[in-house]
Amino acid sequence: MDSQTPKATGTVRRHRLSTRLWHWLNAALLYVLFTSGLGIFNAHPRLYWGHYGANLDAAWLELDRFPGWLTLPALYSLAMSRHWHLAAAPIFAFALLFYMLWSLANRHIVRDLAFRRDDLAPRHIWQDIKDHARLRFPTGDAALRYNVLQKFSYIGVIFILLPLIILTGLTMAPGMNAAWPWLVDLFGGRQSARSLHFIAAFALVAFFLVHILMVLLAGPVNEVRSMITGRYRVPEERP
Amino acid sequence: MILTRRTLLLVATATLAGCDRLGRNESVREALFSAENFHRWAQRSLMARDALAQEFRPDQISPIFRANGTANPNTPAYKALWRGGFADWRLPVTGLVTRPLSLSLAQLQAMPHRTQITRHDCVEGWSAIGKWRGVPLKAILEAAGLRDSARYLVFRCADDMGGGRPYYESIDRFDAFHPQTILAYALNDRPLTVANGAPLRLRVERQLGYKQAKYLMGIEAVASLDGIGKGKGGYWEDYAGYDWYAGI
Repeated sequence: MDSQTPKATGTVRRHRLSTRLWHWLNAALLYVLFTSGLGIFNAHPRLYWGHYGANLDAAWLELDRFPGWLTLPALYSLAMSRHWHLAAAPIFAFALLFYMLWSLANRHIVRDLAFRRDDLAPRHIWQDIKDHARLRFPTGDAALRYNVLQKFSYIGVIFILLPLIILTGLTMAPGMNAAWPWLVDLFGGRQSARSLHFIAAFALVAFFLVHILMVLLAGPVNEVRSMITGRYRVPEERP
Repeated sequence: MILTRRTLLLVATATLAGCDRLGRNESVREALFSAENFHRWAQRSLMARDALAQEFRPDQISPIFRANGTANPNTPAYKALWRGGFADWRLPVTGLVTRPLSLSLAQLQAMPHRTQITRHDCVEGWSAIGKWRGVPLKAILEAAGLRDSARYLVFRCADDMGGGRPYYESIDRFDAFHPQTILAYALNDRPLTVANGAPLRLRVERQLGYKQAKYLMGIEAVASLDGIGKGKGGYWEDYAGYDWYAGI
């Protein structure tokens, strides 16, 4: 957020190019990964904890197959779902890695994402929750900073959910088990990793739904434009 | 902007249909299929040549080892071998070798063996842990004198997958000489059952289940996979579009 003036008004440059590129790349890749992932899940729609798990073992979750309008491809093909998934996954993983390094270098993490001391005061968090509940979105200078709930969700997604989904994905690979045996130890078994991968995917869907809702409520045109061109019209201060 | 559930559904369906159509485009398919090369390269760069697949304790073995794929080849030839307790079964080792072999089950069982409790990972997503005993493939290849020109080992199987297409699989030297790559004749201290691939099956522990060819009828050392089946290196690779490298 490049707010040069102390009192932000008019239109400002909001999101850096790296953030905008990563955002839209992720939108496309996560879409492919989620829908092809459901296609792969359909090959064996049961989840287990531990190292092993097959039809005659106890599953903690057993679902029907996801419908064709949610899967890539629509007509069940484990091979094609895997091709989509395994082609998109490395791009997605390296993009996250580069984004993390880039954001460390350009101080995006330190300046915009890291919690400030007063962010984490219980009163401040409570105030933020009330503001969200009343749909009172920040204006002026405050609109150019991430509020504490935004920080929680962005930090949670970038530093917990996305690494979790990448690492649990790798843990399911028998070749990676030989290359990095610590991975399977970390998650307590291949089937546990598969379950966590599934849970993380749906946690990302939950994030996506709230994210879209917030964009719609905060002014979709202005918000989407700021993520495409970087230009953001600062909401005027309430009288 | 009116975003009803219906329009959202429509957008989702249209986008997926777009992806589907992309997936049928030849150059897109080629790009998607080439991810296999990246994964093979990346995994093998990260792993030592002899890096072992995880081995487990006896108490971690699956209560029931799920059998998958062909449950019984049921061909007249296979049934005859089975009725004879596989006494007449032979494993020819041919192709680019200096000393072609023809091994009986008794000869294989008399060779030095390796026992390993490993996890079998199906491409569908399930896993089963079992205790395998068998002859390291390396010992057989050394006995046969594998030539330097041999790049792949092709495993011919007794099961006909329909239309006269027998199951087959192939691996390269990297996995063929791995200490855990064995020709297994026993699962959980019992001779292999028909469902699990009697009398002999391949174990390649750093790859997925469809590489673990059952009902072995012959091993051929070749320089190239061209001209074998449809040239992709395995039955599922040929007919279902599975990756030849199944390390992920």
